[in-house]
Amino acid sequence: MALPSCNESLGALYFINGRGDVLIQRIYRDDIERNLASAFRAHVVNSRETDAASLAPVRQFGDASYCYLRASNVYLLAITKRNSNAMMVMQFLSRLVDLVRAYCNGEFSEEVVKGNFVLIYELLDEVLDHGYPQVTDPAVLKSFIFQKGWVTPATKKKREAESANATLQVTGAVGWRKDNLRYKKNEVFLDVVETVSMLMSAQGSVLRCDVQGRLVMKAFLSGMPDIKLGLNDKLEDVTFHPCVNLGRFNAEKVVSFVPPDGEFELMKYRCTEGITLPFKAVALITEHGRTRLDVTVKVKSTFPTKIFATNVVVLVPVPDQTARASFNLTAGKAKYDPKRHALVWKLKKFAGEAEHTLAASVELISTVRERKPWSRPPLAMNFQIPMHSCSGVKVQYLKVWEKSSYKVDKWVRKISKSGDYTLRI
Amino acid sequence: MSDGRYFSTTKKGEIHELKVELGAVDKSKKKDAVKKVIAAMTVGKDVSSLFPDVINQMQTDDMELKKLVYLYLINYAKTQPDLAIMAVNTFVKDSQDPNPLIRALAVRTMGCIRVDKITEYLCDPLHRCLKDEDPYVRKTAAVCVAKLYDINAELVEDRGFLDMLKDLLGDANPMVVANAVAALSEIQELAGKPVLDLSQGTVAKLLRALNECTEWGQVFILDSVVAYTPGDARDAEGVVERVLPRLQHANAAVVLSAIKVILKNMRYITDEGMKSTLQRKLAPPLVTLLGAEPELQYVALRNISLIIQANPGVLSNDVKVFFCKYNDPSYVKMEKLDIMTRLVDEKNIDQVLLEFKEYATEVDVDFVRRAVRAIGHCAVTIQAAAERCINVLLELIQTKVNYVVQEAIVVIKDIFRRYPNRYESIIGTLCDCLESLDEPEAKASMVWIIGEYAERIDNADELLEQFLESFPEETAGVQLALVTATVKLFLKKPTEKPQQLIQLVLTYATQETDNPDLRDRAYIYWRLLSTDPEAAKDVVLAERPTISGGQEGVDPALLQELLGELGSLASVYHKPAASFVSKLRLAVHRADDLAAAAARASGSGDSEALTSAVVAEPPTARSAGATPTAAAAAAAPAPVPDLLGDLLDLDVPAPTTAAAPAFAAPAAASAMPAELPVVFGEDKGKGVVVCAALARGPDGSYAYELAVTNAAVGAPLDGLMIQFNKNSLGLAPANQAVAMQPVLPGTTESARVPMVHAPQMAAPEQGTLLQVALKTNQTGVLYINDNIPQALVAPPQQQPSTDPMAFF
Repeated sequence: MALPSCNESLGALYFINGRGDVLIQRIYRDDIERNLASAFRAHVVNSRETDAASLAPVRQFGDASYCYLRASNVYLLAITKRNSNAMMVMQFLSRLVDLVRAYCNGEFSEEVVKGNFVLIYELLDEVLDHGYPQVTDPAVLKSFIFQKGWVTPATKKKREAESANATLQVTGAVGWRKDNLRYKKNEVFLDVVETVSMLMSAQGSVLRCDVQGRLVMKAFLSGMPDIKLGLNDKLEDVTFHPCVNLGRFNAEKVVSFVPPDGEFELMKYRCTEGITLPFKAVALITEHGRTRLDVTVKVKSTFPTKIFATNVVVLVPVPDQTARASFNLTAGKAKYDPKRHALVWKLKKFAGEAEHTLAASVELISTVRERKPWSRPPLAMNFQIPMHSCSGVKVQYLKVWEKSSYKVDKWVRKISKSGDYTLRI
Repeated sequence: MSDGRYFSTTKKGEIHELKVELGAVDKSKKKDAVKKVIAAMTVGKDVSSLFPDVINQMQTDDMELKKLVYLYLINYAKTQPDLAIMAVNTFVKDSQDPNPLIRALAVRTMGCIRVDKITEYLCDPLHRCLKDEDPYVRKTAAVCVAKLYDINAELVEDRGFLDMLKDLLGDANPMVVANAVAALSEIQELAGKPVLDLSQGTVAKLLRALNECTEWGQVFILDSVVAYTPGDARDAEGVVERVLPRLQHANAAVVLSAIKVILKNMRYITDEGMKSTLQRKLAPPLVTLLGAEPELQYVALRNISLIIQANPGVLSNDVKVFFCKYNDPSYVKMEKLDIMTRLVDEKNIDQVLLEFKEYATEVDVDFVRRAVRAIGHCAVTIQAAAERCINVLLELIQTKVNYVVQEAIVVIKDIFRRYPNRYESIIGTLCDCLESLDEPEAKASMVWIIGEYAERIDNADELLEQFLESFPEETAGVQLALVTATVKLFLKKPTEKPQQLIQLVLTYATQETDNPDLRDRAYIYWRLLSTDPEAAKDVVLAERPTISGGQEGVDPALLQELLGELGSLASVYHKPAASFVSKLRLAVHRADDLAAAAARASGSGDSEALTSAVVAEPPTARSAGATPTAAAAAAAPAPVPDLLGDLLDLDVPAPTTAAAPAFAAPAAASAMPAELPVVFGEDKGKGVVVCAALARGPDGSYAYELAVTNAAVGAPLDGLMIQFNKNSLGLAPANQAVAMQPVLPGTTESARVPMVHAPQMAAPEQGTLLQVALKTNQTGVLYINDNIPQALVAPPQQQPSTDPMAFF
């Protein structure tokens, strides 16, 4: 006698917005604790991981499995602790989006879900019982759930805008690009340049951090090329070059444009959440009387071993009356720079997931006068990390279309640089 | 009007305000207030204090309002069990309402209120609803039985609901049948014993209902029918014939579950012609699955990978459909790439290679790297195409894109291992891009190539010297490669420069480093070189076995298990369900399961098979031809094994002939010490208590002593078998079958299982953990987490010496 191969239910269902807030939830099984959705916020919505495995739509956190599907700016999430039929769960989530669309004039977005939450709860009552999918056919459901979906006022506007856009496309007016450009070799370069800033307290908690990013493109392309750029949507506060079709970005999250010739700044962005700080530092400075100071600085890199930082400079402040310093280093070179009132520790290359230490003993010139206590300015770091992005932004694809369909060489480079990267001591 | 406004009340005193509004006379105002309460509940505010006020709204003709109140009730009944009783009367009344929607709503909601007191009142309405004239009510009642079983299993059995549920399998309405199947499957899972009796007659009934079911009902039925074992080939053909039309269904889950049933029954079909026809019919629906949303595609691709591992023929002509689209999400691209490398053969290699080359010029770095690896894989597996693959790799190296070059060098090293002395002419090209190498793996590969072919590279010493300049800063892997390469260079060209280099590198590696591996290896080389350079030559420059290019796949035993669970989470993770389903109430079903579980546990190194606690990280996948692995050496025993390969294996007991079983016969039951610790208690719910411990006899041999008590299994326990997961002592039972008297209910029997050393069972990383699987014919498999007693942790004296110096 054999038992069934997999479970036919989902334990809980959530609608979650792009910030990770729960819009709608129904918990069907006792084994689903109420805080499980927060793991989703931490590991999926706010995650900066960009490798394929951590983007997969079926994942396990703790002893619960999470299946999710993204539609517009809403995540539909099913959680289960059994060996559920994942294909059924996914297909169900997809049908659910269709169902809400059928009730709401084809619309589905965070605004629509919020605006129709009573209707959606009522629908959920029929489409899932004890976590088992029941009836999801809109035609059947409309025979006994009569509520009308509420439609956003933006819809009407959007449709008008779309038609206006269409006329623009028909007339083909692209003011920022000359016709008849010709290149022997068609090439496009895209640089992702990020500046990461941080302020850390002496206790090691991050007080402030942000990443300012720029995408700079150099396009040497013949004719009237259409470019599509796919980014993972981890960005807040994005601004675009005027050539970018904003409507398409809002609808499909695709950066679509006809590029100007040569170099231009395609977009800028800023983010403050989910940043992986490339370096962590700990500084210990002890004053021994008036004439001596012991300094220990430990710097640890958190980026993967495959990449490395270059031109790393750590500036450790010391009092103005410093006479000399002697060092003990695990790597790099260090000296005392009287102009900057700091110990300057330079490392040409800093590998990923590595740790280096500076230990210095500093001698001070003893003065007769009573001096005011040392103000302890923050420790600062400068660095560059090629092929790394601290915000987790990722160029997923870069596609060029042109009617003569020529071959294009594409180059994407990334670099992270230090902005104001400081640590209080 | 949008409901969005209900979310925007965040001011203080909100609860009080809502209370007032709920008491209003105006109906629409009341309803608005309830909506606000639900909105607050959704965003996580505690509105349980409004319980009586909300429940007061229950008696209403407004369906929408009623449903909202019920929603509230389901959420908070547990926190207010006494007040929840207030609602019972309304439920009972509603369950007799003339409107079937209201009857169903009442019984559905009551089942969701998990308060003991309410379940007593639930029985009568449920009884009525199971026999209701309206199928909508019956299908809701069927699910309600499963809900009730979860709260109070005894009640369900006492009141005969289980039998009523079984009767519904023959209901005229297919949706009722489908829900009854789902409910019975769930009860079966909870009970851990067969409940859904899949006789030939039942299966025929279920398959008849299949045609008219909702799409979800079809999934329920197909997933339960897969457990049915056909009586003979004709029976199997009959099932397949019924299921075959489902392949055209628009629902991906229906299609995949249908494929699962067909694959299972195909095994019982004897007509080869029919089999191959069926195999051909499976391809188009699998391809259609790739037209869905990316999330569904992902699940489909993970399953397709399993299907083609078991039946490589199914999609052998369809490699093209797995070509990546530029805007596929990366998780889809990676899976497609994996499947393409499984489907590539001599016929399609040219097409696939062109495709891989295209991917290698994309912009997603991870994807590009995988594409380069895939090209290397093709070269290693398809001999006829090796040259074409190498040409593509050389073209890619010409692009000078840093990460492409590095990845290409890593795979070229594998190609050199696979086809020695054939493609060395390209070494010159490789040496040109030396400066751009900055990743450890690429560096180590390049260093290996230089050392291996030192005699053909004129300036090998200069090249190595370049690398040696940064020796102290390199990772351990690169340092080890450098030490070995320098030794090779010295043995091949014992001139002045290499001599200097070897002095330098050995001095550093023995004196300045903290890494014991590096130091040990350097010492071995040093002694070897100073004692007998000729012997050193024999060891270091010995011919290595060529590597084969087999692709990592799922372990065969696990693969069979997963094929029976296609579509499930297990099939997506490629892991056994027991490894991630926390409630180990999963009853084990196949007779060969113990063996399968044991093979899995020892074969894949996946210790999660036996416990949800992750104990050891699974060994990293060995790419085809990293430094010589034990596996490669075992597959093709070389006359002189590579010194390094041997050294890597030194930390596990060297292979020996398994010690002879030390115990002639199991000791008599009465001789057993009574004070064995309990390792599997009654709390596990199997009705069996197992006390056991590992012991060591006076002669140094091991035995596993155990006592099995039949606490609550109605029949005598017999057919006891035992298996061990890998453990730090490398122990395995001398015999899987345990000689023990059948354990009568209420009694205890003991046994002593002699253990032997088995090198393949050694897993030092397991520490003191000892994972044991026991099986009896009555209980299925019991998984036990035991510990190796402290006194026995030290290795026994008779173990072969593992001192590396003993070799010299």
